[in-house]
Amino acid sequence: MDKLVVERIAYLSRMKLPAQEIPVVTEQLAQIFRLVEAMRAVPTEGVEPMAHPLDLQQPLRPDEPRTGGPQRADLLANAPEAQDGLFLVPRVIE
Amino acid sequence: MDLHLQDIHSLAEGLRRREFSALELTDTLLARLANRQQELNAFVTVTADLARQQARDADARLARGDHHPLLGIPLAHKDIFCTRGVRTTCASRMLADFVAPYDATVVQRLRQAGMVMLGKLNMDEFAMGSSNETSHFGPVRNPWDLSRVPGGSSGGSAAALAARLLPAATGTDTGGSIRQPAAFCGVTGLKPTYGRVSRYGMVAFASSLDQAGPMARSAADCALLMDAMAGHDPLDSTSHPKAAGNFSAALGRGIAGLRIGVPEEFFGEGLDPEVATAVQAAIQFFAARGARILSVHLPHSVHAVSTYYVLAPAEASSNLSRFDGVRFGHRSEQRSDLMELYCQSRYEGFGPEVRRRILIGSYVLSAGYYDAYYRKAQQVRALIREDFRRAFAEVDVILGPTTPTPAFALGDKSTDPVSMYLADIYTIAVNLAGIPALSLPCGFTAQGLPIGMQLMGDYFADELLLAVGDAYQRETPWHQQSPKEFGL
Repeated sequence: MDKLVVERIAYLSRMKLPAQEIPVVTEQLAQIFRLVEAMRAVPTEGVEPMAHPLDLQQPLRPDEPRTGGPQRADLLANAPEAQDGLFLVPRVIE
Repeated sequence: MDLHLQDIHSLAEGLRRREFSALELTDTLLARLANRQQELNAFVTVTADLARQQARDADARLARGDHHPLLGIPLAHKDIFCTRGVRTTCASRMLADFVAPYDATVVQRLRQAGMVMLGKLNMDEFAMGSSNETSHFGPVRNPWDLSRVPGGSSGGSAAALAARLLPAATGTDTGGSIRQPAAFCGVTGLKPTYGRVSRYGMVAFASSLDQAGPMARSAADCALLMDAMAGHDPLDSTSHPKAAGNFSAALGRGIAGLRIGVPEEFFGEGLDPEVATAVQAAIQFFAARGARILSVHLPHSVHAVSTYYVLAPAEASSNLSRFDGVRFGHRSEQRSDLMELYCQSRYEGFGPEVRRRILIGSYVLSAGYYDAYYRKAQQVRALIREDFRRAFAEVDVILGPTTPTPAFALGDKSTDPVSMYLADIYTIAVNLAGIPALSLPCGFTAQGLPIGMQLMGDYFADELLLAVGDAYQRETPWHQQSPKEFGL
């Protein structure tokens, strides 16, 4: 764990960390990964990875529209900026 | 009439006999809450007008002869459950002004049962924390000692129950977030089997671990809440087809013949001696009533915390990618282009602990590290589940401490993430396996701080855990104690 790694994962996470925070974050993440290190020594050859507690199959249902859910106006009410029923973002195409 | 001291069962009896109305009960608790909020900070939002309206509706149903046991009983929801028309903040700046356009299934089911919502409870930001100190709205204080934390992340729920501000609350538990605060505050809380309570409308942290559950003064009250909360929900693809149960009907069984496993790994180094003594006394309680006490081994449980701090952040980094400053949530003023809008809004909207976990998640999922961390942790998770599977072939329940220590002081661990993570050392394995566990009070330290013990069960043994907890509470006084200052 070093400054370059932290800058890279901050970019992947879409979070702008101020330069002065990076050394502190680097040290904290290094400590956390020292904690994680012991787990990496556990013998796991041939063990099937477990993604989920219950071995359920993905349930399927008919592809039918439901009515009575939130309306467009309800959903846009939480938008920081909206106009004409659309979410507004900074210009992406010059 | 000390309404605030009564549990759900006795309040329901009082309402049925018309000794008081739901509105009188609600007004009494709202007045207490207003007086106590400042010192405890247990609530993020108080919904007094809405509560009175719901109480009037409950009184109308009572007058018509409807006697659902939860009808007219006040509660509050952890502020992670979406409530239509009432803001849902997840104790984050990111969602400080978010008003959900729909109700969580848990909220809807409890309202249909006739419960009265007093407000939304404080918590660690996005349920990431073990002390309630990561809340954007400030820490919650422990009513047993205001200089100490209530635990987390459901700290507001536990503190409000302990201070006798309300008889029932909801919580969520991803790595111990119901059980650890329940232990620190001397209340009872159930983390159900994964899939028994719907996650629909519950802000997602780590979806394969998150589970909602009841928090109350007793196992019997938790059973009443589970009767209403649990059930299959087509809106949650991880909801189990057999989620529903009759939890209250399962109470009243004896202890004789029950096989109780005691895991050696939970009684080793780092366990506070006063906690150990109290839990040992509970084991003696069960032994004296005919339970068979057997030693069990959970050898991989020592790796639970490190496994969790790979898997939970990985899932969190994915779940929290939805917060982009565009559709809802905080948006930065600094936004010259779309990338700056994302990066600045997310930096400003999330607190330091949430940012740390997103970074860990991005790291363990990134190219070149996935097999070494994420896949490896999923394999260790399978071994942790296998440990429990083997143990439950020999025993009915497993009993141990909920936490290694009683409640610690505010600020004690807030600058040291690793020591904070270790506060959940006994609770995390349960979430990784997906099994149920109940935390209930089993004593006090010499300083007067509550001590909690944890009963763990196999998949769908929720009813058994509540029945065993109830049998213990019928003969012990611990769960009936309230902090002097707040019990009056």
